[in-house]
Amino acid sequence: MEGKTPRASSQSPKRNVWTRGVNALERSAPGCLLLKVSRANARWLRSVRWNSWAFVAPALVLIGFFLVYPTVMTVIRSFFGRGTTLLGPDVEFVGLTNWKYVFTNEVMLTSLRNNALWAVLFTGCTVGFGLILAVMLDRVKYEKIAKSIIFIPAAISMVGASIIWKFIYAYKPAHLGQIGLLNGIVVAFGGEPLGWLIERPWINNLCLIVVGVWIWTGFCMIIFSAAYKNIPKALLEAARIDGATEWRVFRNVILPLLGPTAGVVATTMVVQVLKVFDIVYVMTNGNYSTEVIANRMYKEMFNFNNYGRASAIAVVLLILIVPFMIVNIRRFVSQEGAR
Amino acid sequence: MRKVLTVLSVLALVSLAGFAQMKYVTVMHGWPGEQAPAFQKIVAAFEEENPDITIIVEVVGRDRPALLATRLAQGNPPDLTPHPWIGTMKQWADAGQIVDLTGLVDTSDINPALVPIGEYDGGLYGLFIFPNVKSLVWYNPKEFSANGYNVPTTWAGLQAVSEQIIAGGGVPWSIGLESGAASGWPGTDWIEDIILRTAGADFYDQWVAHEVPWTDQRIKEAFEVFGDLFANNYVLGGATGALTTNFGDAADPLFLDPPAAYMQKQATFINGFITDHFPNLVAGEDYAIFPLPGINADATPDGSIPLLVSGDVVTVFNNRPEVIKFAQFLTSETASNIWSSELGELSAYVDADPAQFSNPITRQAQEMLLNATVSRFDGSDLMPGEVGAGSFWTGILDYVSGIDLDTVLENIEASAQDAY
Repeated sequence: MEGKTPRASSQSPKRNVWTRGVNALERSAPGCLLLKVSRANARWLRSVRWNSWAFVAPALVLIGFFLVYPTVMTVIRSFFGRGTTLLGPDVEFVGLTNWKYVFTNEVMLTSLRNNALWAVLFTGCTVGFGLILAVMLDRVKYEKIAKSIIFIPAAISMVGASIIWKFIYAYKPAHLGQIGLLNGIVVAFGGEPLGWLIERPWINNLCLIVVGVWIWTGFCMIIFSAAYKNIPKALLEAARIDGATEWRVFRNVILPLLGPTAGVVATTMVVQVLKVFDIVYVMTNGNYSTEVIANRMYKEMFNFNNYGRASAIAVVLLILIVPFMIVNIRRFVSQEGAR
Repeated sequence: MRKVLTVLSVLALVSLAGFAQMKYVTVMHGWPGEQAPAFQKIVAAFEEENPDITIIVEVVGRDRPALLATRLAQGNPPDLTPHPWIGTMKQWADAGQIVDLTGLVDTSDINPALVPIGEYDGGLYGLFIFPNVKSLVWYNPKEFSANGYNVPTTWAGLQAVSEQIIAGGGVPWSIGLESGAASGWPGTDWIEDIILRTAGADFYDQWVAHEVPWTDQRIKEAFEVFGDLFANNYVLGGATGALTTNFGDAADPLFLDPPAAYMQKQATFINGFITDHFPNLVAGEDYAIFPLPGINADATPDGSIPLLVSGDVVTVFNNRPEVIKFAQFLTSETASNIWSSELGELSAYVDADPAQFSNPITRQAQEMLLNATVSRFDGSDLMPGEVGAGSFWTGILDYVSGIDLDTVLENIEASAQDAY
């Protein structure tokens, strides 16, 4: 490549398998017929544009087959009725019936409400606690140990964590011994034991959200910690020398610099929480007003054999997540562009 | 190199030939606990008689309906599965996914009263193998005699005993409704037993087939009889205790010292759980049963106590000779005897002699099974999945946790109208 002056990018030929193939095709007899149609076509086939598409094609095919095709079929299936086949003679077209069910049925409305509650509380707590822990633990000697301990729950499966917490929330009548940690503490302080997972509608939902926060705070903390350590110490020193209190330093220097990270972490957590399933399924199976969308989809699909409704619920979940994905991708693209 | 290749290929061919001789039957069952070893013994007995057939057993938990649905959609279901879901079995039969066993299997070994349960639309789709009697109240006879409580034979007598227990400072009933993804099903057994005893077996059949709406007055009254247990504080821990106690642990309070409760209504299979939690208890002396008394004398034509039964039927997905052979074996005397002797459970075998059971409770239950004039299969297993394994279960949980009964029944009715 040395000694050659670079041409305009859209026209520089690349010596790779595609261009060689096109050249060979051009020289062959049938190729002459095909490509003699237009020299411009041949030039385009050798161009970077075509080469880029050719290299990306395998990945596009895989994504198309495993992601785009199922999504499209799910949307189509949501307009059809109950049954356990994708489309077939037994499945009848029902139009918007499934959609009406999703937005008017009482249990579905409860699930939507619960997902909103999860989205606000879970995201707020994980991001908030993650941030505070990252900043505070940076200043202590036992930072590594504390971080490891807080991060360990992220390494357990959600199902395992749910079973652990199910025992913590366990209830026994007051005069028998308590086996649940929480009720044990309550009774030790002289209170009455409570059925934590069956008190509706707020206590049991909060208890479930606590489990989610317990699992994911460590993850947020680790990311914030990495971002925090990237802040040049000189900036913080300068702020302190100028007489700022620790709180001012946090609010006016650290927070703005961690803004982008917070955005990424928050959108990741929101996407996680909108599809929360394991915690609810294992601990209450959606009973006592704790139902969430993903659990509803599972029940409709596998227990009630109603693929139509399950598809409608799945599409609702998709629609809810799309705005956050757009925000994430926009930020990613702008970051790439800024390089 | 050539030599190695030839040797390897010869070995491969020989082992392939060997595999070709061996026949495989895949079984999926949902008895992860105390019943799994007993089933293994049955499998071992079959493999001894048939050395050329190997049974591959998959044990799954309460998610089996979901697993079977996905396997069927993929086209590779297990060869056969024992299950209690008659309603789902009918849906499978309609979809043509299971084998009609008429003419393939000889049902002469099965108790004739139980054979029709597996029949549907003119075909035989389920072989009844392991029955359970559900209308049993378990109690601690030593505590009863120590406190002077009499085993009740009427509903009024049952209420009187409950009052006696309260007066003595105890709590009569232990109820456990929790069961993971299936929470609520023990409550459905209560409602079914009560409906049989208040409205009769004919109304029960109409109710199960959704020929009467769930908002019918008689169904409402049955729910209220169940709710009265909580209203009168007869239940250990009240509603919270019932909702948070697992069904397998609900018998334990009867055997604490001092007992935290005195009675529990549950099917015969709880025997295995009791002996597992308290290995030193002796059947008949430390724990015994009496049938849940009738409520309305005119609910049955002859005034006898109706019996609620359930059990497992064997459904075959793939029609192959070795699969049919194993299905036939499961109905045989050998298999029933292993199951009964290992677990103290009942036998569907037509010539089952109650006297041969060493467990007095099994003897008593077997006699009930053979002598009952009015018996019905578990209702929630006969209903379509959306109701019987869905809104009925959550309805029980909602009602017990305090939701208004009319709302609960309307919700179940709404889902039933979709499902039937």
